[in-house]
Amino acid sequence: MTITSILHFLPALQLPLAIQAPPVEDYLRILPELILSIFGMIVMVVDPLLDEESHHKPLGAIALIGTLAALASTFLMAGHPGTAFTGMVRVDSFSVFFHVLVIAIAAVVILSSYEYMAVQRIRAGEYYGLILFCTVGMALMSSAVELVLIFIALEISSISSYVLAGFRRRDAASSESSLKYFLLGSFATAFFLYGVALMFGATGSTNISAIRESLTAGHHDLLPYVASALMFIGLGFKVASAPFHVWTPDVYEGAPAPVVGLMSTGPKAAAFAVLLRVLIETKAPGWFWLVWVSAALSMTLGNLGALVQSNVKRMLAYSSIAHAGYLLAAFAANPDLGTSPAMFYTAAYAAMNVGAFAVVSHFANVGEKYVTLEDYAGLGKKSPVLAATFTFFLMSLIGIPITGGFFAKFYVLNAVLKSGLNGLAIILVINSALGAYYYLRIIVMMYMQESRSEVPVTAVPPAASLAIATCILATLYLGVFPGRVLDFTTQSARQLAHDPVTTLSLRQ
Amino acid sequence: MESLHSIILTLVTFLPAIGGVLILLIPRRDRDIKVFALVISLLAFVASLHLPVHLHRNQPGFQFEIDNVWVTSPNIHYHMGIDGISVWLIVLTTFLTPLCVLISWTSVHDRVKEFFILLLLLETALIGVFTALDLFLFYFFWEATLIPMALLIGMYGHGRKVYAAVKYFLFTMIASVFMLAAIIWLYAKTGSFDFTVIQTAIHNGAVPGFASASLWLFLGFFVAFAVKVPLFPLHTWLPDAHVEAPTAGSVLLAGVLLKMGTYGLLRFNLGLFPEQAHRNAPWIMILALIGIIYGALVSLVQPNMKKLIAYSSVSHLGFVVLGIFSFTTAGLNGAVFVMLAHGVATGGLFMLAGILYERRHTYLISDFGGLATPMPQYAMFFLITVLASVGLPLMNGFIGEFLVLSGAFQARPIYGILAATGVIWSAGYLLWMYQRVFYGQVTHDVNKTLPDLNLREKTALAPIAVAALVMGVAPLVWLAAIDPAVQATLASFPQTLAKVVGQ
Repeated sequence: MTITSILHFLPALQLPLAIQAPPVEDYLRILPELILSIFGMIVMVVDPLLDEESHHKPLGAIALIGTLAALASTFLMAGHPGTAFTGMVRVDSFSVFFHVLVIAIAAVVILSSYEYMAVQRIRAGEYYGLILFCTVGMALMSSAVELVLIFIALEISSISSYVLAGFRRRDAASSESSLKYFLLGSFATAFFLYGVALMFGATGSTNISAIRESLTAGHHDLLPYVASALMFIGLGFKVASAPFHVWTPDVYEGAPAPVVGLMSTGPKAAAFAVLLRVLIETKAPGWFWLVWVSAALSMTLGNLGALVQSNVKRMLAYSSIAHAGYLLAAFAANPDLGTSPAMFYTAAYAAMNVGAFAVVSHFANVGEKYVTLEDYAGLGKKSPVLAATFTFFLMSLIGIPITGGFFAKFYVLNAVLKSGLNGLAIILVINSALGAYYYLRIIVMMYMQESRSEVPVTAVPPAASLAIATCILATLYLGVFPGRVLDFTTQSARQLAHDPVTTLSLRQ
Repeated sequence: MESLHSIILTLVTFLPAIGGVLILLIPRRDRDIKVFALVISLLAFVASLHLPVHLHRNQPGFQFEIDNVWVTSPNIHYHMGIDGISVWLIVLTTFLTPLCVLISWTSVHDRVKEFFILLLLLETALIGVFTALDLFLFYFFWEATLIPMALLIGMYGHGRKVYAAVKYFLFTMIASVFMLAAIIWLYAKTGSFDFTVIQTAIHNGAVPGFASASLWLFLGFFVAFAVKVPLFPLHTWLPDAHVEAPTAGSVLLAGVLLKMGTYGLLRFNLGLFPEQAHRNAPWIMILALIGIIYGALVSLVQPNMKKLIAYSSVSHLGFVVLGIFSFTTAGLNGAVFVMLAHGVATGGLFMLAGILYERRHTYLISDFGGLATPMPQYAMFFLITVLASVGLPLMNGFIGEFLVLSGAFQARPIYGILAATGVIWSAGYLLWMYQRVFYGQVTHDVNKTLPDLNLREKTALAPIAVAALVMGVAPLVWLAAIDPAVQATLASFPQTLAKVVGQ
């Protein structure tokens, strides 16, 4: 029996298998992922060759070069829009946007980890490798248009982040964080997988375009509804939206601060990208109330939870739940109006939150000892620049003008009101006023309280400064000149909703 | 000249902020920073004088307009322009800021750099509020005033400064969110944030669903402005903020920030919703009257000099609201004039209180007495400012209050009668305070050796005294520009009464 005779049966099995090698363009369409994987492996290979004591720096540099190369390669990727690998991956302006976003997040996180690792005396070369692999998963999530591939990408990023959460091995809280994240996370992805299976059962396909055709053809029974709900549970866990948010404070408290900066923005952005794809492109039924309720709950529970926290990391964890709620509010809006604000929000949130955690991770010092609200007392006097920087990020989280957070919240509110969701708009408005209070507590602590205990504040080292400066510039750019990014997201949203397959004009 | 006209508003608005950013680069030598801040704020003042000089008084509509697209979708414009009302509020802001720098010269000695950065950023935000003609831009500047002011109170204040700063922040923040919702509603229905576009659309009845929503929109704007004014019963943040704020903070708070509220009422509540304004005027005027009398009565019993001045602001701003909602030319002209006069006089009173605090570290009236003996020059400046605030004829306070009262009489005589008692009360509490602080024997020995004003303090106070006199003697300089703008605002109202002043 020859191979050709086996292949003879394949069409009957409906397996879309092309035996000839995929064209070169296909590789260009996943070029960022390829580069990130290669650099991830280089990090792993080089790690044992280096001296134990001083190996962080070269590994960090390699990882940083990897992310920068991947970032540059998104231009090549953007130049080749279309599908690749028998319709499993699609490059459109939507996926390019999220590629740039998650890779940029990874680059800044690597920068903010650069000196952190030495300060915390964490000796593990695989740290940077895992960040790169995590980024591969996140990037792939945004361009995959095949539910099974989405699941694999989700797992790549999740498993890397489970390990990253436990990197402060000497601290029990970190191990607890890692284990909790792992157990609950695998539970949640199982839900997602179950949803994928049911969707396959309902429509006979795992390809998003095929699902869309099948679903818009009509005659739904209960199955697609159940499938949507299950997939939403899985993704709801990833974005830390209520009522799937309970893990967040514990995990964020224990995990290393730069990793929290990554976890709270990157996988979230990627999961939101998947949510948008699955929601808008497949026109899946039964999403609206799920998203509405989850948005309202996340905003309210997140903000109420944050009000009573005395640990800054936990407070920011609750704040990230609240922000997931604001984002979901945009999802509840009419897709024509809500998609673009949602994309803008992920970018603005990433800029301000990675920055805030970069400040927290520097300030926490050896063993992450200084993370309570009281520790921040008098920082305005001890280190004016650090305090001013943190204030800027907190202002953005509140939503004060000249920051990206302001425009992001504004666009979401605009979309929600235009869609006629007055109830949700009122909840959002009340919550953003409520939220102002606890961010303000940190500002008050830094500027208006005298320091009570001896909290050492060291000078911000160069790489961390660079990371923080990047975040400030990004937040400022989104807050003062949001036009370009917004045009891009508007165009992506239009493509996503109306002509998902046709080619795109990325250059503008 | 043409090119200057098109950029002058941008220049005046952002010059202080640019200065603030440049201060970041100056090393921490306090003296350099102070001199630089003074130079920048003086430059801004000089630049802003271009506006009233070249304003065409009788030309209707906005002038010095700049209209560029800022964001294409949503349709946000960088649209600025001024009329005869906002031009004076801008000049008031730029006039008070250099005085704030002077008055903070020695009283701020800790974190000097941050102080002047915040002060200059605040100035930009304040000017921006008065120039913005795009509702989004307006909200942008409106919110941008929040953080610098809250930090000025919280970092450089005294006593329960943190409580005061947070209270101030939360009151304004929560109230302005309602305005944001109203702005977005208007945008959703008209597709524009532009003030004139929305105004025309409403006027032509081209806004779907406006009839049923207009009350809520009116209230959305109103709440945000009423908290800022502050209108009774939303005034409770003001005494706390004033008493705990540093002197410069109090001066700008009373002098300019409160006027953001009355300016907003005039521009947006009257400009966009004339019918609702008319319908809701009775209860708003009653609240204003309560504010006038309540503020005055509380002032009368204040043992704390700064709190007394703070409550007198509640009373005076009540006059402004009363004048605005009388819908008469006299009332509106008077309201705008009271805004300016109150900015000068109360700003001056807070500066004077600050000077005393620097010497004695107390605001309690009972700690002083007979101060006219050791500090004769100080007593003189204080008297001029008090008389201006009281509304003595030939001082600036008189013109505005007189016009407001005559407007109120035309609207409904009982309002005029009740409001007139406010004038009497204000004479009572201010002169009584003056008597207790300055006249008689020196009651405390420490006060015998208090140094009189030094040159810097005199330089800071002289402009206030001169402005109070000039505005009282030649009010037409101001009113000639204010009146046409007021006429334009009132054009959409049915029962406009005869012009009282003007060309």
